[in-house]
Amino acid sequence: MIELFRDPGFNFIGRRRWAYLISVLFILAGIGSMVAKGGLRYGIDFSGGTLIQVRFEKPVAVDRIRHALETVQMGESVIQEFGDDREYLLRLPLAQLSSEEVTRRTQEALAKDSELGKHEIRRVEFVGPQVGRDLQIQAIYAVLWSMVGILVYIAIRFDLLGGLASIAAIIHDVLVCLSAMSLTNREMSLAILAALLTIIGYSVNDTIVAYDRVRENRAKGARRKGESFETQINNAINQTLSRTVLTALTVFFTTAVLYLFGGKVLEDMAFVLCIGVVTGTYSTIYIAGSLIVDWAGWRDRWVGKRKKVVAKA
Amino acid sequence: MPRHLGVRIALVVIVVAVSIWYLYPPAKTINLGLDLQGGIHLVLGVDVDKAVEAQVERAGDTARAELEKRGIGVTRVERRGTAELAIQLASPQSWDAAVKTIDEVLSVFDRKEADQAAGRLGLALKPREVANIRDLAVRQGLETIRNRVDQFGVAEPSIQQQGENRILVQLPGVQDPARAKALIGKTALLEFKLVDERTDAETALRTGPPPGTEILYQRRVDKETREERKVPFLVQKKAPITGRDVATARVSIDQNTSEPYVSVDFNAAGGRAFSELTDANVGKRLAIVLDGNVHSAPQIRERIPSGRAQITGGFSTDEATDLAIVLRAGALPAPVQVLEERTVGPSLGADSIRQGIIAILASTALVFLFMLVYYRLSGLVADVALGLNLLLLMATMAGFHATLTLPGIAGIALTIGMAVDTNILIFERIREELRAGKTVRGAIDAGFARAFKTVIDTHVTVLVSGLILFQFGTGPVKGFAVTLMIGIAVSLFTAVFFTRLIFDLIYMGQRKRETLSI
Repeated sequence: MIELFRDPGFNFIGRRRWAYLISVLFILAGIGSMVAKGGLRYGIDFSGGTLIQVRFEKPVAVDRIRHALETVQMGESVIQEFGDDREYLLRLPLAQLSSEEVTRRTQEALAKDSELGKHEIRRVEFVGPQVGRDLQIQAIYAVLWSMVGILVYIAIRFDLLGGLASIAAIIHDVLVCLSAMSLTNREMSLAILAALLTIIGYSVNDTIVAYDRVRENRAKGARRKGESFETQINNAINQTLSRTVLTALTVFFTTAVLYLFGGKVLEDMAFVLCIGVVTGTYSTIYIAGSLIVDWAGWRDRWVGKRKKVVAKA
Repeated sequence: MPRHLGVRIALVVIVVAVSIWYLYPPAKTINLGLDLQGGIHLVLGVDVDKAVEAQVERAGDTARAELEKRGIGVTRVERRGTAELAIQLASPQSWDAAVKTIDEVLSVFDRKEADQAAGRLGLALKPREVANIRDLAVRQGLETIRNRVDQFGVAEPSIQQQGENRILVQLPGVQDPARAKALIGKTALLEFKLVDERTDAETALRTGPPPGTEILYQRRVDKETREERKVPFLVQKKAPITGRDVATARVSIDQNTSEPYVSVDFNAAGGRAFSELTDANVGKRLAIVLDGNVHSAPQIRERIPSGRAQITGGFSTDEATDLAIVLRAGALPAPVQVLEERTVGPSLGADSIRQGIIAILASTALVFLFMLVYYRLSGLVADVALGLNLLLLMATMAGFHATLTLPGIAGIALTIGMAVDTNILIFERIREELRAGKTVRGAIDAGFARAFKTVIDTHVTVLVSGLILFQFGTGPVKGFAVTLMIGIAVSLFTAVFFTRLIFDLIYMGQRKRETLSI
């Protein structure tokens, strides 16, 4: 029988301060990169604009394309290689020009330049200012509502403190994903939002498994007299560690495969899912598990009486 | 003996049979999204205020005509803002008669302002009427666009209202997106207006058009240099004949120039009006105006009693065909604007499908192998359950006519990873129970029972985010939410119910068995 961990007895909670430090440093690096780059980069789904994906018959240099676009006064377009040097994304900010006009001019410019050879326009996306704004607002609502939904579920299933710690873990995961995106120069798009919402739902799974174990141990009376809350949480995390890691591993496999083979269009989404699975597992142990210990500690100190946390049952 | 074995086996067999029946043949039963099969996704915003404005202006014209018919002098009738009319009477003496007439003719307006001494009236369209006009504009727009698309010939188009004043148009497999867009988005308001030749267009440009006239332009493209020139025309504002008078339109080829043109047949009333108009204005020029652009302005040589007109203007065959389509389908009641467009070419869609299939196969293989190596025979059971999960997922999608999109493929890949999670939770629990010294039978029972609560928890949280995503998502993202939710829901059946059944079958009657391949 292959076993990943068998009652490993790691002292996770005891080393939580290091984990806090690592999380804070990574998120600070991410925020730093966002600030340096003038905010999180928004794709046209949210910022509005036109995106054109062109495939050329033969390899083409960026300068050549820019030169061609300059002849139709569209030299300020962002030109980005997409996959290989035959395929490019052209992006234009929202302007006075309509999407038809932009597509028409681009096609005209590329066709006129004989050095570029034949090309095929494979994708055109245009998002107007109204739609972009609507999507931005809806995106924020979607993220907030899913957090509220999960908070309510955990608060009913366990208790409010557990719910809050889970939400803190979720916020941590979202921040880590956004930081990773900014550090690797990826853009916020609808697909990324879908990935983030999925991570929000998924990341809380392991947290539930661990909390459930705390409650079960108590019900069984496995708690030795004088065992601290910290030890209880740490034991529960250790006991559920192999399933936490295994379940994350299978999802990580599939998202990694998606990242490697799923094609360029899905790449960013798969990237965020990969990062999300890793940070979701990490945050179960170090954020949701650790924070609840610290919060319970603070609360006990303030209220001055020891109260059972997590399990109401 | 495990309970209800026969019933459980029968249930699984029925589910599998129904799935295969729904799914067969896959190429026909699975709906591919526009991002996979190629096509156009357009969100059009209907400028409903324009429809209200047009209605208010028409009402103003009617009121003015009626007042004048009854001998009440009117100096000015004009629209203010979107839905208000201001009427200035020539003299306050006729106040009572005027108010009576206005109340009769403009019954859908509320009186906002009445200054008898100044002979001035302010009216506003009733809010309910405004809402009606807006609603009607969107619905008529939808119908008109549907007509045009039908005539253009697109297989399985989808045209729906979205929100209050948006129209979502989805056209799978369209080869020439620019042409389809032009066809859908054109207002196609056809007007025949007399050219005002009392004033020179150039002079009017400098001094401003005289009352009752306006300046419209004709675009002329030089064939050699492809340079565009705008030629101004001074025309009368009033259009005696419009697209509403058109019965049908078709493309014909000019025998002399072999250039295509559009031949328009008027309906009975339109034919009569055209005949009268041409009779009364022989020698003058008649501008044919489409969406505010002059197409041509031929001279009226004689009365035209045939009720037929020709629109020429250097069209390509496609342009002429499309113009004939929009004239037949009628004008949009209000202009539309493209708010969002997503066009995917067929080759990109094909690439996406290929890469998606590779990704799904590779992740299935990886997860399959992992489970087999880690859990041995039990892993194999989980793998069979995973296969069943994918079958049910696709069958459910076929059954609900759900659309498979590119992010939807990502959802399937994710489902593969998450569906076996349920089995991992159960198997880890069984291992634990075995370590605690339970018998094989007891460990299986306890493992399934104890893990079940956790399994429900994990399902609920993923479904919560899935539902919110579905609620929020547009097209492709919705497809992701759909596959993820179905996959997760189905895994309750495959990873719990089905796996349990197989376990029961394998270890049935082996009460003394001491080892479990897990």
